[in-house]
Amino acid sequence: MIPELGHFALVLALVLAVVLAVVPMAASFQGRYAAMRLAPTLATAVAVFTSISFACLATAFLQDDFSVRVVAANSNSLLPPMYKFSAVWGNHEGSLLLWALILSYWLAAVAAFSQGLPTIMLARVLAVMGAIAVGFLSFSLLTSNPFERILPGVPADGNDLNPLLQDPGLIIHPPLLYMGYVGFSVAFAFAVAALLGGRLDAAWARWSRPWTNVAWAFLSLGIMLGSWWAYYELGWGGWWFWDPVENASFMPWLAGTALIHSLAVTEKRGLFRSWTVLLAIFAFSLSLLGTFLVRSGVLTSVHAFAADPARGLFVLIFLAIVVGGSLTLYALRAPAVRSHISFGTVSRESLLLLNNVVFLVATLTVLFGTLFPLLMDALGQGKYSVGPPYFNAVFVPLMALLVPFMGVGPLSRWRDDSLHRWKSRMLLPGVIVVILAVVLPFIADQGFNLWVALAILLAGWLVAGLWQDFAERRRNSPSLLRSLRRQSPSYWAMVLAHTGFAAAIVGVVATSQYSIERDLRMAPGDSETLAGYRFVFNETARVRGPNYLADAARFSVYRNDREVASLQAEKRRYLASGSVMTEAAIDPGLFRDLYVAMGEPVGTDGAWAIRLHYKPMVRWMWLGALLMGAAGLLTTFDRRYRREPRVAQTEAPRAPA
Amino acid sequence: MRRLKLFLPLGIFALLAVLLFRGLSLDPQALPSALIDRPLPAFSLPSLAGDKTLTPDGLIGEPFLLNVWATWCISCRVEHPYLQRLAAEEAVVIYGVNYKDDSAAARAWLAELGDPYVASIVDREGSLGLDLGVYGAPETYFVDADGVIRYRHVGVIDERIWTERLQPIYQQLRTEAGR
Repeated sequence: MIPELGHFALVLALVLAVVLAVVPMAASFQGRYAAMRLAPTLATAVAVFTSISFACLATAFLQDDFSVRVVAANSNSLLPPMYKFSAVWGNHEGSLLLWALILSYWLAAVAAFSQGLPTIMLARVLAVMGAIAVGFLSFSLLTSNPFERILPGVPADGNDLNPLLQDPGLIIHPPLLYMGYVGFSVAFAFAVAALLGGRLDAAWARWSRPWTNVAWAFLSLGIMLGSWWAYYELGWGGWWFWDPVENASFMPWLAGTALIHSLAVTEKRGLFRSWTVLLAIFAFSLSLLGTFLVRSGVLTSVHAFAADPARGLFVLIFLAIVVGGSLTLYALRAPAVRSHISFGTVSRESLLLLNNVVFLVATLTVLFGTLFPLLMDALGQGKYSVGPPYFNAVFVPLMALLVPFMGVGPLSRWRDDSLHRWKSRMLLPGVIVVILAVVLPFIADQGFNLWVALAILLAGWLVAGLWQDFAERRRNSPSLLRSLRRQSPSYWAMVLAHTGFAAAIVGVVATSQYSIERDLRMAPGDSETLAGYRFVFNETARVRGPNYLADAARFSVYRNDREVASLQAEKRRYLASGSVMTEAAIDPGLFRDLYVAMGEPVGTDGAWAIRLHYKPMVRWMWLGALLMGAAGLLTTFDRRYRREPRVAQTEAPRAPA
Repeated sequence: MRRLKLFLPLGIFALLAVLLFRGLSLDPQALPSALIDRPLPAFSLPSLAGDKTLTPDGLIGEPFLLNVWATWCISCRVEHPYLQRLAAEEAVVIYGVNYKDDSAAARAWLAELGDPYVASIVDREGSLGLDLGVYGAPETYFVDADGVIRYRHVGVIDERIWTERLQPIYQQLRTEAGR
């Protein structure tokens, strides 16, 4: 009964979404305000019914209703309730429903927080998002119905959730990622609505900005969690593989990064308008493309969901309508006249333009690398795979090119600046940073490393730029506290995000260069020293988990005869599927992670194959992403976005960032 | 003229859409092999355990799977538990080709994760891989009792792929061998 209820709610949500996509949109061209005002209510109703539908599916999972096909295939009566719940989106059908759910929440959020928008604009934005919801809801209902039953012949128990997905990180990774993907639909809807209205002004950019920032923040956090999960769950200390599915989430992030900077220019200076609109379309298109790549099976990937050409065709048609339609609209309606607003070669505008170029090129190189195997196959040139060497070779120089300019960015001025001013601000910090970059790596346990020195140089340069900018801001302020408080949330968000980027650079390079890994045969009582840490294998034990049996290896780690960590690595055998999983034990730290993973028993004397890792500063890269995510959320606290709408429309903003 | 320029993104997307549409009808896992229905290429390579030299004659006898793997291959790690299950529970005969890999790391890998292989052929230079036309690891060749390659699967073998596609093929080879 409950699954049928969920199915019915999903159909109702689809019907409401169709009404939302059609009625307010049509009304907006006929000037029928009463019909336009229906949009927020309809949007909320779509959210309500999608929620009911999702709750029904979750209930089916929690109640072990194995007559529902996805439940039987992805859950098990022994599965802990937490994982029964996350199993809802641990499969294609359920994750699609989650996608639709999150989209409906964005719809409801836009409806709730945009009361100040002109009625026409709000009606169009919600209608565009409604149309996207129609696409996903019908995708779910027509090709991947999560409520399908297996009748008769209900299995006694389910197949269990893939053990790789039985992990706390994986409970929140997909929702965060989808929040990001789907969040770009808001920026997209604003862009399309603005194109329809023919008004691409500063007000449009201001309305889009907080939504875009939040979407970008969630995407940053989602990608971070995915990387973190791969690190501890796959059991071998890798954190990024340039896998097609990872790239699918990374491309919208790169385009989104370009977009949030371009929006800043459009809002502050009214420049780059066509460009910003194009980026907004681009960011969401890449989110959709990611969905297509993951679910159609055109590319092979470790993450791939059960691929199905029929689903692939559906997403492709949807992609063609959304992207093709919006780009056609763009071609017809985007302002083709060159802007009369000018800016100097040395100015903040130029730096942000450079940011856009670098991030766009980065997006395209990742896109190219991801699609290259498909391209060659389609052209009959044979089968290729593109691996990390390509991506690293193009990506690292691009980021290295970006950072020198990124460092100057915060203290640069709009319109016209001078190289002389930049030099006077950055020369001294530059020298200090160079000295630090040479000296600091010597403190590390592994000694001097050129790449680490370069990473410190780049990261230090970013921080120096931020510091000098702040010094300038507080010059006219009587006290430090006052000047701290006087800065806007947007400013602090920029500081956080740029600091996060710097931290990520250091983390990525240091851990790539300094990590030590050792594979050993160890018996209880054995010890091994790695980078000054003595790992002592105390004992083995049998552990019984809720749905698995495990062998555990208990380790104590000493540094200078002081115990710093006690670790328990496990080798689990899941009862339902029989799959064996390695559960690594990690002692996290700001400057180093200690990592023990268990292999197979070796010989008869109780010895095991053991893998030990020493991973310096690996946390910095996730910490960086965390800072970026926090920054994106922080911008919403800026009062600027909550000012009375009528004022916002007429004011031509000139304020410095 | 300016207006025309704005059609550029649309044009690029149209090309991309054509490519993606073409991609739908291509199966990234279905790779033609020049060797289908041809005997195993000749080789004489050491075994990973280091105890003997392996040649085609040493392998042929009953139908087996020749699984190309390496420690640098993430997907192999994903595939590995399922191969172990096949070897242990369904008594599937699997030989490994340790492809362009470091033998010490490979031995440690098997010691850590378990060894589903009857034996693994060390193909450090990738010469056997070249003869087989290996595209990337993991890749699995189905060889019948006469040493003829009958099928090639590219990518991870999992429960779904095995039951839907590969098990019938393996069963057929077994039945043929039993005749």
